[in-house]
Amino acid sequence: MQYLVSVIDDKSNSGTPEEMAAIDEFNEGLRADGHWVFAGGLAAPDTATVIDNRDGAAIFTDGPFVESKEYLAGFWVMEAADLDVALRLAAAGSKACNRRVEVRPFL
Amino acid sequence: MNPVDVREAVTRAHRAEWARVVAALTRRFGDLDIAEEAAAEAFATAVERWPADGVPPNPGAWLTVTANRRAIDRIRRESKREDKQREAQMVHDDDPPEPLGAIDDERLRLIFTCCHPALAVQTRIALTLRMVGGLTVPEIARAYLVQPTAMEQRITRAKAKIKAARIPYRVPSAEDLPARVAGVLTVLYLVFNEGYLATGPGTDPVRGDLTAEAIRLTRLIHALLPDDGEVTGLLALMLLIEARRTARVAIDGELIPLGEQDRGSWDRAMIAEGHQLVRERLATGVAPGRYQILAAVNAVHTSARDVRDTDWSQVVALYDQLVRVDPSPIIAVNRAVAVAELDGPEVALAAVERHADALDGYHAYHATRADLLRRLGLGERARAAYDRAIELAGNSAEVAYLTRRRDQLGHA
Repeated sequence: MQYLVSVIDDKSNSGTPEEMAAIDEFNEGLRADGHWVFAGGLAAPDTATVIDNRDGAAIFTDGPFVESKEYLAGFWVMEAADLDVALRLAAAGSKACNRRVEVRPFL
Repeated sequence: MNPVDVREAVTRAHRAEWARVVAALTRRFGDLDIAEEAAAEAFATAVERWPADGVPPNPGAWLTVTANRRAIDRIRRESKREDKQREAQMVHDDDPPEPLGAIDDERLRLIFTCCHPALAVQTRIALTLRMVGGLTVPEIARAYLVQPTAMEQRITRAKAKIKAARIPYRVPSAEDLPARVAGVLTVLYLVFNEGYLATGPGTDPVRGDLTAEAIRLTRLIHALLPDDGEVTGLLALMLLIEARRTARVAIDGELIPLGEQDRGSWDRAMIAEGHQLVRERLATGVAPGRYQILAAVNAVHTSARDVRDTDWSQVVALYDQLVRVDPSPIIAVNRAVAVAELDGPEVALAAVERHADALDGYHAYHATRADLLRRLGLGERARAAYDRAIELAGNSAEVAYLTRRRDQLGHA
């Protein structure tokens, strides 16, 4: 079972050196325990482009599909047996990156 | 067989077996939805068949077998879904849970799943009353003054989340257990409190159905986790409050405060049981948690034959102990009532008004202040406090009591 763990922030690339070190250590733990799938930080939403090619004539729109003060600043994809495991990992991840996170299961 | 006897047998079986049937089916089929539906169908079949066939010698086994068949029928009917079903099976471990000093009971898994911290508190309450308590959706909707369709949606959404997010069907590990048990107790105490101080203009001031259901479920958890002090404490607390239920509201629907209740009408058997549980916890010598301390406070009150015999210094000491465990300012309000008896209303007023900012939206804060101000002869300030308490109180019996007290100020 895989879970998306989103990092919620109102800034991008705003981790302090201490936070980055804590995240590296947390990621090492994920790899060692077989929970690691993928992770990454994202550039600010105003760097996004929305594409609509549903009718075959692609339209590009500058900016994110939804404007909000807080947004997805980074994420993990984690392998976990169930939600209890995912919540425990996400709680440790929230502590490591010093941000709120959201856990959402993949289908 | 007499139809009344059969109906009673079905009701008894429903109380005794519902949670067990749902829990066993959830374990077997890995799906709360299938378990709930099949259990409901099995009980409906019992209502249909038992009058003609007689009540089976082992109603629980009959119901489980019948529900199992119904579940298999449904899965076959939806055979296309069968493979998906298998994929979507809830996760559970087959290892017995770590020894808890209790028998491994499927119902424990069911309770922990329904009270999972990833579900909203209102959702946990609804799910627990439906899956463990066996209340129907319309009954739960009525208890919480929402439309049955809205309650149905809440429960359906919860079941979907449990499945999609893989909320496990398992007793938490020893490390997580205290926090998870605390979460279950919160749900049960909220159900009890809604029964004890029902809110909303259309409801009875005291809902015996909800207090009874909360006690029944807490008894079940107590039977499953007999060594957990807080479970014992909550059961004792509920019993000692419930024992005074009939003495708490006058025939005209007005609340009767503790000091004015007819103590002869308190339920002696419930009080004896509550006292026994409190003594049991005291004998362990383990530091008590919140529910155990609250139970001890209520044991002091229910030990006094007359309000004048109340050991107020003991009550204050217990509230002081409680503040150390739970520093919530709400406790200061209850403590102030005891302080007023011990050191006078002036000392109590100063103690409670220290928390004015935090408690301004809490009706009991204003009700307690109103009473203290009245006793100090500060009529105008008392009236303002009664007004604010009446405005904030949701319980009709309490509003009636506060209104009379306020109006009596005018005659003074």
